[in-house]
Amino acid sequence: MKIGVLALQGAVTEHIVSIEKTGAVGLPIKRVEQLEEVQGLIIPGGESTTIGKLMRKYGFIEAIRDFSSQGKPIFGTCAGLIVLAQRIASGEPGHLELMDITVARNAFGRQRESFECDLEVKGINEAVRAVFIRAPLITEVGPEVDVLTVYNNEIVTARQGNLLVSSFHPELTDDYRLHQYFADMVQAVGTANK
Amino acid sequence: METGTSRVKRGMAEMQKGGVIMDVMNAEQAKIAEAAGAVAVMALERVPSDIRAAGGVARMADPTIVEEVLKVVSIPVMAKARIGHYVEAKVLESLGVDYLDESEVLTPADEVFHIDKREFTVPFVCGAKDLGEALRRINEGASMIRTKGEPGTGNIVEAVRHMRFINSQIRKVTNLSKDELYNEAKTLGVPYELLLEVHELGKLPVVNFAAGGVATPADAALMMHLGADGVFVGSGIFKSDNPEKFARAIVEATTHYTDYKLIAEVSKNLGAPMKGIDIATLTPAERMSERGR
Repeated sequence: MKIGVLALQGAVTEHIVSIEKTGAVGLPIKRVEQLEEVQGLIIPGGESTTIGKLMRKYGFIEAIRDFSSQGKPIFGTCAGLIVLAQRIASGEPGHLELMDITVARNAFGRQRESFECDLEVKGINEAVRAVFIRAPLITEVGPEVDVLTVYNNEIVTARQGNLLVSSFHPELTDDYRLHQYFADMVQAVGTANK
Repeated sequence: METGTSRVKRGMAEMQKGGVIMDVMNAEQAKIAEAAGAVAVMALERVPSDIRAAGGVARMADPTIVEEVLKVVSIPVMAKARIGHYVEAKVLESLGVDYLDESEVLTPADEVFHIDKREFTVPFVCGAKDLGEALRRINEGASMIRTKGEPGTGNIVEAVRHMRFINSQIRKVTNLSKDELYNEAKTLGVPYELLLEVHELGKLPVVNFAAGGVATPADAALMMHLGADGVFVGSGIFKSDNPEKFARAIVEATTHYTDYKLIAEVSKNLGAPMKGIDIATLTPAERMSERGR
């Protein structure tokens, strides 16, 4: 099983390392054709404005929408969450607009307000260490969205069918359970298609 | 809930990887940089080439400029404090700057001691010419390293030298036996534990960017090819003929640094890059890379 990591900008290698810990093969994706080689895709943290711009420039908007419409799982962390959201709270245009959520960018403040803490994630036993860096928050979710983690009454992890998003960075810790959760989603689609 | 942990500070730098950080002198330039796809901007009163031309003592930027830039962009904002100038760093942190550069581009405030960066909530980037310098800065709390290069020259030769040298020293350390590391730590003037970490990781424990002399898209791609995690562009963008186009081209060349056709494409009709200086014509006192040890 191969899982791609969109490698336009951001924390790509950390995700590859985490994926490989789950037993899957991690592949950095720089060109749209490479999407054919993978069964799941991670959109990493980075700067969402930069990633969004480069996605548009290199045809990834249509290609990833198409990838998702085939039911293939996509996991967005931090900036990846922002580019997957249908709506951005500030009113700026969305990017992939796939997931029925509204997201507020830099919702906790500037870097000095960035933090880490332990959080419960629905479907994972015992708390995970969550690292928030200039992180976004999910301010609204549609009826199809399953909320997996709440922090101070705010939504920070959620799932809608084949789409998984998290405000924090599981790739910055050596706890691979959220990547395992995603790898299981990819595996389940593979099994169902057989 | 913990703020300012090493993981949170180093993680911030991880998110900048594969990106371009651009020097800007006002709100308008900051917006151009953000629109071009910069991952962060460095708010300055003068770019390095102007600092060279002006002479005199170069200090932290006027807080008005920093605040102005903080207001207009949603990407992270960095700012420079003088080497050893604890108060400039605290002032910039209080303004809400996302990342501080304890920088040799400014005139050092202290010729011996650097800032104790561990006690800050905000992360620091520092310049280095060799592995010893890089690890001493990390030991003081730096969360990101960049080559010093030779700022404001538009000449990539020093950045190439520093990146190559650090990487060859890392390769050497990787191949030493554990008992040889004690002596190597002494030679380099760094803590044993940090050197052991480099030995085990095969790289620095923090992100390492290129800086100091990047003037063209091909320069940026060259630094990525040599192993940089990303690129700082100082005078290169806003001292070129067409900053907007230059900025976009450098961003694309950094992302696709092995796609030479694409680099050729984005390099077409860019207009003149910054003029540049032959490093050999600089006197030792004019070399910013000699500041800080």
